Amino acid sequence: MYARRGFVLAVSSEMSLRVLVPVKRVVDYAVKIRVVGGKVDTANVKHSMNPFDEIAVEEAVRLKEKKTAAEVIALTVGPAKSQETLRTALAMGADNAVHIEVPEGQEIQPLQVAKLLRAYVEKEKPGLVILGKQAIDDDAGQTGQLLAGLLNWPQATFASKIEFADAAKKILVTREIDGGLETVEAPLPAIVTADLRLNEPRYATLPNIMKAKKKPLTKITPADLGVDITPSIDVLSVSEPPKRVGGKKVESVDELVDKLKNEAGVI
Amino acid sequence: MVGSPESPAALAKFAREQVLPKVHEMDEKEMLDKTVLKGLFDQGLMGVETPAEYGGSESSFMSAILVVEELAKVDPAVSVVCDVQNTLVNTLFRQYGTEAQKAKYLSQLAQGKVGCFCLSEAGSGSDAFALQTRAVKDGNKYVLNGSKMWITNSYEAEIFLVFANVDPSKGYKGITCFIVEKDWGVKVAKKEIKLGIKASSTCALSFDDVEVPVENVLGEVGKGYKYAIEILNEGRIGIAAQMLGLAQGAFDNALPYMYQRKQFGQAIGDFQGMQFQVAQIATEIEAARLLTYNAARLKEEGKNVVKEAAMAKLYASQVAERAASKAVEWVGGVGFTREFPIEKFYRDCKIGAIYEGTSNIQLQTIAKLLKPHYT
Repeated sequence: MYARRGFVLAVSSEMSLRVLVPVKRVVDYAVKIRVVGGKVDTANVKHSMNPFDEIAVEEAVRLKEKKTAAEVIALTVGPAKSQETLRTALAMGADNAVHIEVPEGQEIQPLQVAKLLRAYVEKEKPGLVILGKQAIDDDAGQTGQLLAGLLNWPQATFASKIEFADAAKKILVTREIDGGLETVEAPLPAIVTADLRLNEPRYATLPNIMKAKKKPLTKITPADLGVDITPSIDVLSVSEPPKRVGGKKVESVDELVDKLKNEAGVI
Repeated sequence: MVGSPESPAALAKFAREQVLPKVHEMDEKEMLDKTVLKGLFDQGLMGVETPAEYGGSESSFMSAILVVEELAKVDPAVSVVCDVQNTLVNTLFRQYGTEAQKAKYLSQLAQGKVGCFCLSEAGSGSDAFALQTRAVKDGNKYVLNGSKMWITNSYEAEIFLVFANVDPSKGYKGITCFIVEKDWGVKVAKKEIKLGIKASSTCALSFDDVEVPVENVLGEVGKGYKYAIEILNEGRIGIAAQMLGLAQGAFDNALPYMYQRKQFGQAIGDFQGMQFQVAQIATEIEAARLLTYNAARLKEEGKNVVKEAAMAKLYASQVAERAASKAVEWVGGVGFTREFPIEKFYRDCKIGAIYEGTSNIQLQTIAKLLKPHYT
C-alpha cells in the first residue's frame, strides 16, 4: 500500500514526513437538521466531509506541495458510505486512504475514535496528525486532544497557521486567542487541530476526482486494530431547538413589565 | 438531488459557492463572468471527456451530462457554455481530429480556450444544409467567406468549428468542417440581446477572406454535414440535461418558500391544490431525468440514440417550461420579481425548444423513426 513511501525516502531523507489526516463524514452544513425518534435524521440526507477536516486535508496537501511532507494519508472511521469522504480527500490530493469500517448505524464517540487513531499511529508512525478542530455534527471537539493524551504527544489546537522550523523537526503553530495571536512550538511528532482560518480548502476538480479513483484505499476494522468501540458516554436525549415564535408589540412600559412578569415569567 | 458516479457533490459545491453569487449580475449585464469561466476550466469541467494526456478530466459522457445538469440547477446560461464545449466541440475533435489537431486544440479547449460550433446562418436554421458560407481552396489553404448567426459562446470563443461548403454544385456533400482560430480574422459582428440565458453569448459572425490551412479541415472534406448531424444527436442529450437541471433548479427554489409562506392559516404548499401541482411537476422532472440518463447510457454503450436523444430533448424542454412557469406561480408575487431567481429560469427555459433542433424538428425526427416499425 505504501509503495511510494520507500521511493520518496530513497530520494530525499529530508522529505520523509508523513502526515495523517483523519476525516469525518457528516451531514452537509447546508442541510436543515431534523430530529426523528430521538435521533438526528441522517437517512437520505446529503452528507459531505466535515468542513474543518477539509481544512486539515488542504493544509496537509499544501505541505506536500511545498515538499515539507512526503505523504498524506486520509483516514476515516465510519460505515461503508464514508468511502465517499475518503475519495474526496484523495481528490484534494491525499496519496492514500484508510477506511476503518464500522457497521451502519453504529455510534462512534470521540474517545473510541482517538483509540482507533492511536492504534493506527503506533503501527504506521506518521510524524504529524492534523485533525479538524471539531466535527460540525456533534461539535465534541475532543478527538485531537484525546489522541494527544493517549499518545503522550504534544498538541497545538485551533491552528490558524502552521510553520516548520529546525529542518522540519519542530512546528510553530499560531492560534487565535482573545485579544490576539499566540504562537506555540512543539517538536514532532505532534497533533495539530485546524481552525477555520488556517486556509481555504480547494475544490476537488473533476480530473482529480477521476485520478482519486485509482489511488489506494485500504479497508480495516476496529478489531484489526484491537480496539473496542463500545461508546463510553450515554446519550440521554436529542431534541430540536425550540421553534421560534413571533414577537409582540406592547403599548407601554407598564404593559411590558406586566408581560415579562406574568407571561414570560422572567422578572 | 441525484447521486452520480463522479461525485457531483464537489461540483454542486463549486456551483453553489462560485457560480451562484454571480448569477444575478451576469444576467443583468448579459455577460459571462471571467472568474466563473476560469472556474469551469480550473475544475476540469470544460474537458470532461478529454483524455488526461491532453489535460482533460478523462471522464465519461454520463459525467458530462451530470455536469451540465448540475450547473443548470444554478444557472442554465453557465451550463450551456459547458455543454457546447463538451458535447459538441470537444466531441468533434475527439471523434474526427487528427493526432496533431487533438494535441493542439483539445488541450487548449480543456485548459482555457472556449470553442464554438458554427452551423446556423441567417437563411439556414432547421434546414442547416442550405448554408451559404463558402470555402475556396487556394493551394495549401482554404479561403472562407460568409456569415453565421446565433452562435452560442462565440463572444468568448477563440476556436471556431465552422461549417462551410467547398463545392455548392455537390449540394450538402460539399459541406466541410474547418477549425478556425479567432485571430485569423473571425469577426464577431453582433452580440444578440436575448430573452434568456443572457450570460451566454450568442453572436453573428462574419468571415471575410479568412485563410485556413488545409491541415485545419476537421475529418474529411465533404463530410461536414454528416459530422454535424451526428454530433447534434449527442448534443441533444446535453440540452436535455440542461433543461432537466433548469426544471430542478426552478423547483428547488420554489419549494422552501411554499412551506414558509402562510395564507389562511397554513403553508401554501399544504393546500391540496398546490400539493397536486407540486407532485405532478416532480413526477415530470423525474420522467425527464430518466429519459435523459437513459439516452446518455445508451450513447455510452455505443447504441444509436437518434430517437432517444430527440425524445429526451423534446420532453425535458417541455418539462422545463412547465416547471419554471409553475414555480413562478407557486411563489406568487415574489416569483415575478427579479429579487427571486425563479423568473430567470422561466426566461431561460424557452431556448430549450429552439436550439440544437427545435421541438418541431425533434417531433419530426421521432415520427420518421417510428414509421418504419409499423409499415
